[in-house]
Amino acid sequence: MIDWLLDDSPTSRLQANMGRAWRVWTALLRNPLAVVGALIVLVLVVMAIFAPLIAPYSPIGQDLANRLMPPSAEHWMGTDELGRDIYSRVVYGARITLLIVTMVAVIAAPIGLVVGAVSGYFGGWVDRVLMGVTDIFLSMPKLILALAFVAALGPGIENAIIAIAITAWPVYARIARAETITFRDSEFISAVRLQGASATRVILRHVLPLCASSTIVRVTLDMAGIILTAAGLGFLGLGAQPPLPEWGAMISRGRNFILDQWWVATMPGFAIILVSLGFCFLGDGLRDVLDPKQGEKQ
Amino acid sequence: MAFEPSTGAAGARMGMLAGRAFEGVASVLRFVVVVAGTFLGLLAITFFIGRVVPIDPVLSVVGDRATQEVYEAARQAMGLDRPLIVQFFAYVGDVLTGDLGMSISTGRPVVDDLARVFPATLEMATIGIIIGVVLGVPMGVVAATHQGSWIDQVIRVLGLLGYSVPAFWLGLVGLAVFYAGLGWVAGPGRVDIFYDGLLDPVTGLYLIDSVIAGEWDIFWNALDHLMLPASILGFFSLAYIARMTRSFMLDQLGQEYVTTARVKGVSERRVIWRHAFYPIRIQLITVIGLSYAALLEGSVMIETVFSWPGIGNYLTTALLTADMNAVLGATLVIGAVFIMINKISDVLYRILDPRARR
Repeated sequence: MIDWLLDDSPTSRLQANMGRAWRVWTALLRNPLAVVGALIVLVLVVMAIFAPLIAPYSPIGQDLANRLMPPSAEHWMGTDELGRDIYSRVVYGARITLLIVTMVAVIAAPIGLVVGAVSGYFGGWVDRVLMGVTDIFLSMPKLILALAFVAALGPGIENAIIAIAITAWPVYARIARAETITFRDSEFISAVRLQGASATRVILRHVLPLCASSTIVRVTLDMAGIILTAAGLGFLGLGAQPPLPEWGAMISRGRNFILDQWWVATMPGFAIILVSLGFCFLGDGLRDVLDPKQGEKQ
Repeated sequence: MAFEPSTGAAGARMGMLAGRAFEGVASVLRFVVVVAGTFLGLLAITFFIGRVVPIDPVLSVVGDRATQEVYEAARQAMGLDRPLIVQFFAYVGDVLTGDLGMSISTGRPVVDDLARVFPATLEMATIGIIIGVVLGVPMGVVAATHQGSWIDQVIRVLGLLGYSVPAFWLGLVGLAVFYAGLGWVAGPGRVDIFYDGLLDPVTGLYLIDSVIAGEWDIFWNALDHLMLPASILGFFSLAYIARMTRSFMLDQLGQEYVTTARVKGVSERRVIWRHAFYPIRIQLITVIGLSYAALLEGSVMIETVFSWPGIGNYLTTALLTADMNAVLGATLVIGAVFIMINKISDVLYRILDPRARR
């Protein structure tokens, strides 16, 4: 099996791709921090999928007799002002966090990639216009821009996702453009073009796949920032609405009890920090494997 | 510039100076065009957010409890019957003449509100960046000269935490620990409640106003209130500045001229501060500028936690009451300051670093 994966002359595209994925995977395993990061992200995904099995209590079930209980054997992270088990809410909150980061990545990365690839491939005035717009978005403060968009769209988790995606795409456009320019004039692109491939086909089939690895690295590194922005919107009451157990919104509710019942606000914060750190570790590891040049510059 | 044989050294010198002056004018012009373009872009975005995104922009300005007459009047006043492009230029004209509309929650012009709250944010962000620079730069240098030591590890961890700790959470924990728990600092707000309104606003910065008025009690009280939020902001810039200083220093320390200096027998302190640190201070200007701008943005969250009456608090209050004029005004001001700081540090870098001039 491993011989088949590491074969120097793969007989099919599948074998070549699998071999490459295997090499990336083994290189990643040699970096302890990247493994820790991958494990944290894995735990997040598992928590999100199996939340009903993992959480000991309902995330919205109230139990007013047991309100504001400190952490104990029954309630690992204590209970909040409505007697809800904070640990269960944190577990269910993983779903919302995962939903937000995935949706933002799924919306922002393709937009940025296409804008950047088109800009770099065509050059000239197309490049100037697209990069002008990109630079304007890049020079804005991200959080403020997201806040203003949510204010106009109205609070809610979908609008928070849209607002964060609007502020996230320009970075990927810059990356895709830089990558595209380096191989725009190379021979394999000319060869495809001489075969009569349209610009759309060249960009979609031959340019974008080559931008993938640096984009994946960047998306992973950006995850921490996206989580923090989403939590910030939740904290201000503009993201996920109650009774959804969004981590930022949970911190906001715990604000009133911070002086006496510290666990209500602090516990979801630890979850945010842990997950953000996990994505940072994983992103750093991925960068060393997929994009060594960029790593040296840092 | 074409190279032409000249009659003498003086002539060559004149030609070079003329060329420089021309290049200088051209780069100033280019700078002005870029900045103007970016501002126009910022205006286009706020216009888009205010007029195009909401389903009913009138409702978002007057609020949903407005009567029919108020609604119609606002619709007329906003000129929503005109084509979008005309509306946009009218909007640009309004902003350029300092008209950002009225705030529905305070009932005053947004410009006046912003002028009143901005100094509070400026004061906090400035103390924050001072903390970040004073601690972050030396930490970065030490981390680079003692690679792999404990301080290097500490800076690594701080750098990662700077990316993964929510500012508002750190603010809450800070309040719980240092204010409620240990009693080292004062609580939320800019000054204790009985000092409120005692100062004549000269600059709006309490630390300076209190010194002008000779009210040292208020000065110390304001400083007491400022310490915690500014330190938290400072932590985020420290994490970034230390990391960047470390990597710039490592770059320099690996260069051959540093080895040469060491071989000549220059003392280690002089090698580090005089030889290696000297060239990176220009790169640091850009880093400090960027993090100063980021602090103005970061203060939005911190101000909410500390009930700090600055632009961030104004913005978040406006967000919750859907006071769109105030939201857009605050966005515009923060965006404009953010862009200006970025561009200025860019220009400073170009002026100070001969390599970046062409």
